[in-house]
Amino acid sequence: MTKVGSELRVDGQGLPLWLLLELTYKCPLKCPWCNNPLDFDRYRDELSTAEWKDVLRQGRKLGAVQLGFSGGEPMLRRDLEELVAEANQMGYYTNLITSGMGLTPERLGALKDAGLKQIQLSLQAWDAELNNRLVGVNCYSQKLAAARAAKALGFPMVLNIPTSRHNIDQATDLLAFAEELGIEYVEFANLQYYNWAYLNRFDLLPSREQLERAEAVVQATRERLGSRMTIYFVITDYYDERPKACMKGWGNIHLTIAPDGSALPCQEARVIPGLEFPNVREHDLGWIWHESPVFRKFRGEEWMREPCRSCPERAKDYGGCRCQAFLLTGDAANPDPVCSKSPHHHLITEAVAAAMAKRSDGRLIMRERGLNLN
Amino acid sequence: MTESPLRPTDIVELNPRYLFRWEEPQQAYILLYPEGLIKLNATAGEILGTVATGARAVNEIVAQFTATYQDADVAKDVMEFLETSYDKGWIRIKS
Repeated sequence: MTKVGSELRVDGQGLPLWLLLELTYKCPLKCPWCNNPLDFDRYRDELSTAEWKDVLRQGRKLGAVQLGFSGGEPMLRRDLEELVAEANQMGYYTNLITSGMGLTPERLGALKDAGLKQIQLSLQAWDAELNNRLVGVNCYSQKLAAARAAKALGFPMVLNIPTSRHNIDQATDLLAFAEELGIEYVEFANLQYYNWAYLNRFDLLPSREQLERAEAVVQATRERLGSRMTIYFVITDYYDERPKACMKGWGNIHLTIAPDGSALPCQEARVIPGLEFPNVREHDLGWIWHESPVFRKFRGEEWMREPCRSCPERAKDYGGCRCQAFLLTGDAANPDPVCSKSPHHHLITEAVAAAMAKRSDGRLIMRERGLNLN
Repeated sequence: MTESPLRPTDIVELNPRYLFRWEEPQQAYILLYPEGLIKLNATAGEILGTVATGARAVNEIVAQFTATYQDADVAKDVMEFLETSYDKGWIRIKS
């Protein structure tokens, strides 16, 4: 037996294995790194229960198997339990991605009955003051209560910690909390700098020393706990020499449906101007995935420029992230500037230097309606 | 040679954290877990399928595959795969 199994995450054989439903952009939190669009308030016309069910049916037929209920805050949809039950019956592995707000014991019980498989809960810090300050509302005790209630019902859990310079030094305490509760997966989600996080990047980026300290804590915990806990710690790509294999390639395995029914190759794709995202209200999912111009635009390698086009690593990282290429260089088809081979790599090193120079009391721009940047 | 984490008489079962099943569009057995999945090759799927059918001892599973395939090398391969599955947390020893 040479090979145990292959990671479907890398090769979906052209199928959208991962379907992410952003049920709503509404959220009680004001996280200054939110990956929803800056003008999230414009998208009010959410899909109906029947329309989401139709998306589920079509997605499963296309080969989707992992399903995320996300947002915004998905608990704000009163039909969440109904959608989870429907998805579970269709054979999806159902993941709930939540802030924990509204995740009451009653609704947890109903979600368990509906067949929900696991809960990804975000926690921003190990003390109430910092947690609440970072998200702009008092929610710390509700988050802890939600975590305990979910564990009491036997849900496997991912504790997601959006990681920035403000909370990265709490890795030890956060891991101890997860261990005490028996949480199986902890993800230090080093922020990716798009949308709100991009606005605030100089005030969020941790230092290299902070990252190294946290990584050492993570490594020691891994060795101590073995297979009891899986800890994901992906270094902030601003400190990398090679880009991340973003979404495992554009239009390769990920399909996101936004609250208004727009189909996106990733949650951030709306930052790239000039793309007309197909909508599930007008097109069937099969056409959207296989044929629509947006999903084909950066699929495979045809679109690549040098130095990606002839790079021996192009099948590994797909040229990095299209959104980051656009945000930093103004052209989404450029190599991700994280790559040291990119002619724009200096934009990354300059951003890191600017962030480190500004290590004082930078005010974070909180996620709020009607943002006016002028 | 490192010592095996599994003894021949250990009864093994799937870790309930993972969901093991046939996935028609992939024409393969898959393991599903929070936010991830693993596609198993045919033999790996068959072995985990045997583990999934009920609490069986390691030596019973190995013997079954040796008998089915009439091949002396199979025992080593099956054992290695069970050890890998144990290390990865896909299967566990039934207490």
